[in-house]
Amino acid sequence: MKNIRNFCIIAHIDHGKSTLADRLLEETQTIGSREMMDQVLDDMDLEREKGITIKSHAIQINYNHKGEDYILNLIDTPGHVDFSYEVSRALAACEGALLLVDATQGIQAQTISNLYLAIDNDLEIIPVINKIDMDGAMIPEVTDQIVDLIGCKPEEILLASGKTGIGIQDILNAIVERIPPPAGDENAPLQALIFDSVFNSFRGIIVYFRIMNGTLRKGDKIQFVSTGQNYIADEVGILKLNMVPKDSLSAGNVGYIITGIKNAKEVKVGDTITLAANPGEMIQGFEEVKPMVFAGIYPVNTDDFEELRECMEKLQLNDASLTFELETSKALGFGFRCGFLGLLHMEIIQERLEREFNQTVITTVPNVSFHAYSTKGDKIVVNNPYEMPDPTRLDRIEEPFIKAQIITLPEYIGNIMTLCLGKRGILINQSYLTPTRVELIFEMPLTEIVFDFYDKLKSSTRGYASFDYSPIGYREADIVKMDILLNGDKVDALSALIHRSRAQDFGRKLCEKLKELLPRQQFQIAIQAAIGAKVIARETISAMRKDVTAKCYGGDISRKRKLLEKQKEGKKRMRQIGNVEVPQEAFLAVLKID
Amino acid sequence: MPQMVKAIANEMHIQQAFLSNSTIHTIYFGGGTPSLLSLEQISFLLNNIHQHFTIASDAEITLEVNPDDCTPEKLQAWRNAGINRLSIGTQSFREEDLKWMNRSHNALSAIRAIEQAHQASFQNISIDLIYGIPGLTTEAWLQNVQQATQLPIQHLSCYALTVEPKTALSNAIQKKLLPDINTDEQALQFELLMQWLPDAGFQQYEVSNFAKPGFESKHNSSYWKGIPYLGLGPSAHSYNGQWRQWNIANNSLYLQSIEKGIIPAEIEELTPSQKRNEQIMIALRMKEGIYFNQLSNLFSSEHKAALLSNADKWINRKLMEWLPEVQQLRLTTKGMLYADGIAADLFETT
Ligand SMILES: Nc1nc2c(ncn2[C@@H]2O[C@H](COP(=O)(O)OP(=O)(O)OP(=O)(O)O)[C@@H](O)[C@H]2O)c(=O)[nH]1
Ligand SMILES: [Mg+2]
Repeated sequence: MKNIRNFCIIAHIDHGKSTLADRLLEETQTIGSREMMDQVLDDMDLEREKGITIKSHAIQINYNHKGEDYILNLIDTPGHVDFSYEVSRALAACEGALLLVDATQGIQAQTISNLYLAIDNDLEIIPVINKIDMDGAMIPEVTDQIVDLIGCKPEEILLASGKTGIGIQDILNAIVERIPPPAGDENAPLQALIFDSVFNSFRGIIVYFRIMNGTLRKGDKIQFVSTGQNYIADEVGILKLNMVPKDSLSAGNVGYIITGIKNAKEVKVGDTITLAANPGEMIQGFEEVKPMVFAGIYPVNTDDFEELRECMEKLQLNDASLTFELETSKALGFGFRCGFLGLLHMEIIQERLEREFNQTVITTVPNVSFHAYSTKGDKIVVNNPYEMPDPTRLDRIEEPFIKAQIITLPEYIGNIMTLCLGKRGILINQSYLTPTRVELIFEMPLTEIVFDFYDKLKSSTRGYASFDYSPIGYREADIVKMDILLNGDKVDALSALIHRSRAQDFGRKLCEKLKELLPRQQFQIAIQAAIGAKVIARETISAMRKDVTAKCYGGDISRKRKLLEKQKEGKKRMRQIGNVEVPQEAFLAVLKID
Repeated sequence: MPQMVKAIANEMHIQQAFLSNSTIHTIYFGGGTPSLLSLEQISFLLNNIHQHFTIASDAEITLEVNPDDCTPEKLQAWRNAGINRLSIGTQSFREEDLKWMNRSHNALSAIRAIEQAHQASFQNISIDLIYGIPGLTTEAWLQNVQQATQLPIQHLSCYALTVEPKTALSNAIQKKLLPDINTDEQALQFELLMQWLPDAGFQQYEVSNFAKPGFESKHNSSYWKGIPYLGLGPSAHSYNGQWRQWNIANNSLYLQSIEKGIIPAEIEELTPSQKRNEQIMIALRMKEGIYFNQLSNLFSSEHKAALLSNADKWINRKLMEWLPEVQQLRLTTKGMLYADGIAADLFETT
């Protein structure tokens, strides 16, 4: 066990974690040159398309250091705020972390937040200044910033480039020499922490774990402590680029297990695996994730609800930060109210449902979680517009606030102030980290940053701002429920909870967008946005004038019937709201508003 | 005799049982340019038809012709050969429109062809008109219709110009070399047409067909009433009440196959639900609409109830009407504009 090192790579988004992982895998010949490609660990299509890491990815490296063989378990983590839960679970499986800082960017918001997560987990931090091959590399400045931030000595900071391979050997040496081997007792009762899982259509459910104590052998009768369920360990092994079966794995190691688990719900990330015959105690798992945004997810065809449920459960195996519960909508039928860590997360979930599970879904207007207090003094948690009590029974509403930390260059302070104050932000503090780097702290309503804040921030600072946030509790706010009506019928799936000062503008834009997205029908359609009975915006779609086309004799009959049958099939995918047919894109209208 | 004409006669021979020996009430020479057939060829085909099938004495026998192919001699000869109905491809009486549609004939030759046909004692003449052509104003459309109704014709088919994808026309429109069609204008011209023609004595009996009383096309009505028919030649469609089939389009493959005594056709057997959908689609295009009394073998009382409840919204919007005394569900004049969309909506999903 003294020759095992468990570490992860953490950093702000795009600081080069996955690229550096490539070099470590290459240098140690873990991956042959034929299998090698850029960011080889980003193996999901979505990750490759978006050029970002979405899932943490574990892989085992064999490394000979000064004549001795070592096993290094590496976990590459994502950098985007929405996936910080992935980072926190990876940390629990490690004793050390490489903290990368892009030499041209310096310390950014998630550098700090991820560093704090690592410190909370008592990890040994190895600071690395990365991308030093680049022209704009500011090695002395960034060194100062790191020394300031973590209180290390300048000579403890390694210099590297994941692109050219500079410094890779130093990093490997530091991993072996500075990161402590895992503690734990191979002979104690088995305690293995589940930190991830995935559904594989050939192999079934695959569970990833880190053994804290004890030994797990192939064929063992195991138990999941929190559920008390027993299984047989059909296969255990370690993670290379593919899974490699082993006869046994002992304390300190990271690996996978395949059992005959049928039901995705039986697997919980954070649970402890032990042996049925000689059970160990539950070890501390992970903090519950707190979703930031809620939205409904519905099958496009109402009949597919049960299938969607199964797919959501399977997807949840691989994304413990996804939460969902049943909800129903008049417009959309049965579906789920889902909790996400942010809008990117929501988009990824939707895409993964589509690609990995073949589920086309309709997503409804996202909102944060509000607290409503009734005149009787009851507190109601409102994750869904229809849960909002009637205004007559309502005493007040509170909305979640966050502390936003923005790091930027001095010349963008003005733009950021305009942006944040416009989003109902309150400036709490402004401080110069160095003469050329400013940190601004705002308190802001979460609902204001959920939608388009990140993009606006990027464009108003030409990308020279990084942003992180954490919840700081609830504050009273003038939140109203805005409804959308089509020819007088309310479309519950398009209702939104929104600050009164925003309602007019949002309502107008939403009506305009819907006008674009709804097909003309045989009659006129009135689109209205209303708060209670008061209409605040309106658009009309004029009636289609005609649809009958062409002749219909002998040979035309079959052709035309098929054409119309197709048309009918397409309509089946539309939702009937009162007398209006609404295509699924319309439900996404809100997300397309700027 | 050219190979193709002989092959068609051969096909007749092979297919003579297709219509189960029932009496034939209509014959139609159409699809392509049958007016290019010589008199001898037409007679040859008609003779063959008489040899293989039982033809009613009052059968409607139509020939589709181009105005350019009509001469007094030819017209007289066709009449003598037994053709008793002409469908003349006029399309418009305006030079601009004819040019736009790339037609070879001119407005004058169309008028002349109709008058000569009348003189050749054709008493059942149909022409077609196209509306919704870019540049066709409402006044011009009215003039066109007036010109048509002043001529000695008994039947009119009027179609809105449609642009088929991947044609020269659609290409030109895409490249903005020609203006796109305006569907609102087309709708207006269609609505006006439905007002004008009845005033001139032509009743609408199908979405795009108008006739003086008694001159409704028997042949086309048969398609819409689901009466079996046999089509002969490349691309021809047939229906025997059970299945539809269509011949291969390629001329030489057609010839080769007939040579071997094989009908080169693709067959489509209709499920009951497809049959109902077809019936809904065609019947709605007809003035009478869906006559449940005549369709009780296809529409059970459950099917009827489901259809009526679906139709309710259209009835409320006055696009359809339901006449319970006669058990008839049909489109209103306004509803005719939406025949396709409403039919699709009333379809059973398969
Ligand atoms: N010049 C240079 N470019 C680098 C280096 N390392 C990474 N890059 C580039 O920086 C971009 C981001 O690299 P990634 O390795 O995907 O970054 P990451 O930290 O894994 O990103 P996330 O996982 O999305 O947080 C890519 O375009 C890389 O090619 C380096 O050392 N030098
Ligand atoms: Mg990455």
